[in-house]
Amino acid sequence: MTGIGWLQILLFVVALVAITKPLGTYMKRVMEGESTPLDAILKPLETVLYRAGGIDEKADMPWTQYAFCMLAFSVVTLLFSYGLLRLQGVLPFNPMGFSTAQAPGYGTAITPDLAFNTAVSFTSNTNWQAYSGESTMSYLSQMLALAFHNWVSAAAGISVAVAMIRGFSRYSAAGIGNFWKDLVRSTLYILLPLSLVAALFMVSQGVVQNLSPYVQATTIEGAQQTIPQGPIASQECIKMLGTNGGGFLNANSAHPFENPTPLCNFVQMLLIFIIPAGLAYTFGLMVNDTRQGWALFTAMTILFMAGVIACYGFEAAGNPNIAALKVDTSTSHLGDLGGNQEGKELRFGLANSALFAVITTDASCGAVNAMHDSFTPLGGLVPLLNIQLGELIFGGVGAGLYGILIFAILTVFIAGLMVGRTPEYVGKKIEKKEVKMAMLFVLVAAFSVLGFTALGAVLNLPAGSLWNTAGATYNNVNNNGAHGFSEIFYAFTSATGNNGSAFAGITVNTPFYNLTLGLAMLMGRFFMQIPVLAIAGSLSTKKYIHTTSGTFPTDGIVFIVLLISVIIIVGALTFFPGLTLGPIVEHFLMHAGRLY
Amino acid sequence: MLKELIPAIRITLVLALLTGLAFPLLITVISQVIFPDQANGSLLRKDGKVIGSRLIAQRFESPKYFHPRPSAAGSGYAGEASGGTNLGPTSSKLIMGIADDPATKADESFAGIKQLAEAYRKDNQLAVDAPIPVDAVTRSGSGLDPDISEDNAMLQAPRIAKARGMSAQTVTEIIRKYKTERDLGILGEPRLNVLTINMALDNGK
Repeated sequence: MTGIGWLQILLFVVALVAITKPLGTYMKRVMEGESTPLDAILKPLETVLYRAGGIDEKADMPWTQYAFCMLAFSVVTLLFSYGLLRLQGVLPFNPMGFSTAQAPGYGTAITPDLAFNTAVSFTSNTNWQAYSGESTMSYLSQMLALAFHNWVSAAAGISVAVAMIRGFSRYSAAGIGNFWKDLVRSTLYILLPLSLVAALFMVSQGVVQNLSPYVQATTIEGAQQTIPQGPIASQECIKMLGTNGGGFLNANSAHPFENPTPLCNFVQMLLIFIIPAGLAYTFGLMVNDTRQGWALFTAMTILFMAGVIACYGFEAAGNPNIAALKVDTSTSHLGDLGGNQEGKELRFGLANSALFAVITTDASCGAVNAMHDSFTPLGGLVPLLNIQLGELIFGGVGAGLYGILIFAILTVFIAGLMVGRTPEYVGKKIEKKEVKMAMLFVLVAAFSVLGFTALGAVLNLPAGSLWNTAGATYNNVNNNGAHGFSEIFYAFTSATGNNGSAFAGITVNTPFYNLTLGLAMLMGRFFMQIPVLAIAGSLSTKKYIHTTSGTFPTDGIVFIVLLISVIIIVGALTFFPGLTLGPIVEHFLMHAGRLY
Repeated sequence: MLKELIPAIRITLVLALLTGLAFPLLITVISQVIFPDQANGSLLRKDGKVIGSRLIAQRFESPKYFHPRPSAAGSGYAGEASGGTNLGPTSSKLIMGIADDPATKADESFAGIKQLAEAYRKDNQLAVDAPIPVDAVTRSGSGLDPDISEDNAMLQAPRIAKARGMSAQTVTEIIRKYKTERDLGILGEPRLNVLTINMALDNGK
């Protein structure tokens, strides 16, 4: 670890704190339907969208209707993308001819199971990628079947989070808002202006943006090199801002065409966190007590920094088996270009690679600027654990806020049990229904991650099976020993957490993995959003409870400590045994010099 | 509730048009006007022909040129197949490599860090236990990392000077001159763009 490395991390935190309040205030105005400075330009467009969509934007929906609209919209967009992907061979904007007879030799076919997996992946804001973008997807597929979801799955996430806040901020109300209005307003007023600025900034840094066919270069030494092209920047901006994470190119944000400079990298990291951080402030504003929002923000920041310290520390310590070959990995001499450089880009170095890995998994982003599979065992444990804790450390756009609110509910419930009082949170009584739904939220994650991982680790199919040509599903891993188990564990963790990053060595483009990971993504998205909306619906009908001397204050240090403890204890109890079998045992094996 | 299906379909089409087509096309048009070089891949040309992109590593094997980091993109530096090794820290393949099995037709060989270090020392006429910077023997995440560290370049400088009949000092001066500093003085790491310094070598300045 180096001083300049920490300075960059500090700069990131300062920038994030500075953006949180103004953006949180603006998002509150947008989502509460108040006037904004952009009304002059966007109001007419908003009206056009309502009319073209056939929407009654004035209706206030009960939670069941809100959930139904969200689900209906998700199903329609999922089918829309599935169809586009399957038909890409006959559709325009396909200069490389993918899925046609003229496809280049390295082109990959989009089979029904791959199209299902990909459509689910982008609909659920996961952006798990069982394909390589530059050898599979036409420009139309990238723009319309994939990037389109980056927008609307993020907007749907913001909508559900704001609906949950309304559960707290409304009293004796039947409705929790209007899904269509929330969807349209968050797209137009929040995502569109930020993406526009971000995309042009990225192009200025060197991110590619065109519709031309790939360029064939003859290198200085006379070799041939194919240089990919495409509308990358317009997808890159919303990929980060919407915490989607699906790269246009296979190497994602490690690719120089997606993330060419350290400055671009810094902006990409900020884009991941600003909406989740801002929403914590929006929450405080909407419940008329900004200290409540800052309390959540503080808890998230503490967990975030713990992850950064651990990940950066272990990556800087490096791999003793490489140092044993007389390779210089010392950070005292090489600074942030020492340590573990396998799978990392030099322009970012250790500090920015570790920071990016922590951010992308605290949030449900899943973009990567270094290959997590090649991290040191405990350096790689950090992103894995971040996802398993529920991606509520700032978290995905919307998903992070409702995730941490679920844990806030559990925290006041446990605190209530300890002192024998009915728990309350920001003026609402927390009762049986809320706690049940919150536990459902926690159990769905455990069931999907652990159940599917166990299946993937033991399912012994015959070689050449239609489900998995490699036979046993554990044959698909790229690494032997404990690390191979970690690859399977990470895959189902990432899918359930709707993250999308990977220990990417594992071969997942087979019907078995495409289908099981697809199911995990669906469960991780919708079986969590429905309980969240149910809680919102139940809370909104309740009356306001005045604070008394017996109320447990949820804006102070005791609450923050308790909240962090609950998050860690729930995560540890659920996933620690799995982590022991993977990264933890691998750490000791690495130091014993064992190779597999 | 089923009446909500109609708006679901209509709003999907409208938002798809806006975010999936209008937005990328608008960004394309603006970028092509104000940042045409970057928007088209920061391509470098020589005598009108594209020789590569400033941002994308290409293969250099001649002793006359600086060599980039090893690459896991396709068979090495393949622009259409970006990616890393995805090998973990206890991978024998990563550390010790794999030899070709002569019994099979396919070439299974894979250069581990051990072989990469041996080859690097041999190419640069270093002692068998001379320490070498880690970036010289590790593959980047994209396989297309265009940069190397200054330490790595300095170790290659004597070989290049000898192959070109240049003074070692001239090569060192080029390294100093073309070093990429941190963005805004803080962000990222100091490094050298391999294609840039190799073109500078060819131009003799």
